[in-house]
Amino acid sequence: MKRRSKFSKIKEKMVEKFFLLNGLLVVFILVGIFYLLLNESLPTFKEVSIVEFFTSTTWNPTGYHKVSYGIVSLIFSTIMVTVGSLIFAVPLGIACAAYLSEIAPAKAREILKPTIEILAGIPSVVIGFLGIVLIGPMIAKIFNLPNGLNAINGSVLLGIMALPTIISISEDAINAVPDDYKKASLALGATEWQTLVKVTIPAALSGIIAAVMLGMGRAIGETMAVLMATGNAPAFPKSIFSAVRTLTATIGIELGEVAYNTTHYYSLFAVGLVLFVMTFLINIVSDWVLNKYEEAE
Amino acid sequence: MSKKVFRSIILVLTIFVFLVGCGRAPEGQDGGREAKSAYIQIKGSDTSVNLSQMWAEEYMNNNEGVSISVTGGGSGTGIAAIINNKVDIANSSRDIKDSEKQQAEDNGVEIVEIAVAMDGLSVITNANNPVKNLTVEEIGKIFKGEISNWKEVGGPDLTINTYGRQSNSGTYVYFRDNVLNGDYTAEMKRMNGNAQLVEAVKADESGIGYVGIGYVVKDGKTVEGLNILDVNGASPLVAENVKTGAYPLARPLYQYTNGKPTGAVLDLIKYQLSDKGQELAVREGFYPVTEEYSKRNNKNLGQ
Repeated sequence: MKRRSKFSKIKEKMVEKFFLLNGLLVVFILVGIFYLLLNESLPTFKEVSIVEFFTSTTWNPTGYHKVSYGIVSLIFSTIMVTVGSLIFAVPLGIACAAYLSEIAPAKAREILKPTIEILAGIPSVVIGFLGIVLIGPMIAKIFNLPNGLNAINGSVLLGIMALPTIISISEDAINAVPDDYKKASLALGATEWQTLVKVTIPAALSGIIAAVMLGMGRAIGETMAVLMATGNAPAFPKSIFSAVRTLTATIGIELGEVAYNTTHYYSLFAVGLVLFVMTFLINIVSDWVLNKYEEAE
Repeated sequence: MSKKVFRSIILVLTIFVFLVGCGRAPEGQDGGREAKSAYIQIKGSDTSVNLSQMWAEEYMNNNEGVSISVTGGGSGTGIAAIINNKVDIANSSRDIKDSEKQQAEDNGVEIVEIAVAMDGLSVITNANNPVKNLTVEEIGKIFKGEISNWKEVGGPDLTINTYGRQSNSGTYVYFRDNVLNGDYTAEMKRMNGNAQLVEAVKADESGIGYVGIGYVVKDGKTVEGLNILDVNGASPLVAENVKTGAYPLARPLYQYTNGKPTGAVLDLIKYQLSDKGQELAVREGFYPVTEEYSKRNNKNLGQ
């Protein structure tokens, strides 16, 4: 009897350690990736001045006359496409979340929720393909452009991809708003619409902001869809109708043929590092907002 | 208790060793990849990927037991693969660079070059564009961004939209080195493949692009909605122009192998260069290997 309890105690301990190990593994992987990125990208700056890297708008590592490594255009394009996607996805996502949690009858919710989950599971190549054959020509037609491969196209596609994240997390946030708030608002004579817009959504705002930040994190790191649909011209974008090339697309296009251990190779890792830092910051901010919101609750 | 734990540790170790073993196995095969193997891997140029696929299918039909896989990805990708000894044949629409040759040598790979067909690299515009003839210099200036309106070359008052390929494309490099002698304008859209480029120019009245002739000519006819420009007055649609070099953008399509090809790879290459194989290339819109390159092929194949 005694032995058995001792045994189960040891077992308990081992299981605990096992899970600890799993947790640590994730941290190790993250640190490992960061180390690798840092290690592989630092040699870039032996040949490229760090000032040029962060201030030049010309990215042309395989130049005919002279090579140049400037990522300003790439960063700007990435931000432009991402912000564009949010302009499209945030109102739609919040409206959808509000409908799902506040208005939709149970039956509609039963159909809509799994549908949104399926949307999250569509591979990005498929979305990119849609961008080429459907959204591109549509944009060209609506705005009377010669071609639909531009920043807007990328924004729409990324918006579609960020939607599921934004919807499901915002919905949780809106659901978490105490019923008392709504009841109080309704009792004071506010209409359902006024309650939703002036009480429920503001009360869930920090959760919604976190949802938006996470959606943004998803959008900023997406490669395939933007690579296929934005035209990939490395020029500094003149307008939302310019073809743009994002940080991710640059890595996606060039890493396949670059000779290993050259400045070009290292510089692609440096681009990756910049991207990593960008998404890392976004995640930290969204984490911080989410924490605040949980505290407030 | 210890027995149980011990047993599970043994189990985990066994699985681990097994997995590691599995991971290693193909590596060993890779090192000893021989041309004789009835499995041939071809990778590279998007310009010649369709042609290469057709050859492979024909060859497989007539040679049971041989299986050939053909993938695109661009000449740069194919050459990188042959340098790393990952494929049997690399398709390329440009010459291998000296630096790449050096890398191959460092990896113990001896590059052998065979020209398998000729391409009249076509400069294409929308069918509604009245401009039918440009000089190499004009085309170069357009893609460098120095000419930005069609009226400068005798066309309508329209801003020129340039469409090109990405830097892993052999056509991108060939065109830059032989037409531009400089850098592409940063405004040029970098398309993912030849088909996407062709579709874009079809839809864009102000567009201009470049693509291997196999993508715009089928059975001797130009694909609808497009116009293939004469360059320096010569059309790539005339076989004679490509043969004599009167068409300035005539170029060979290469295959690179590691060492002199033997066995099935040699047999496949021989088939491609045979009358039957070259006929197929013509059907795909390309041209037969010229005499000059034939001689070089014979030398490189050691015949």
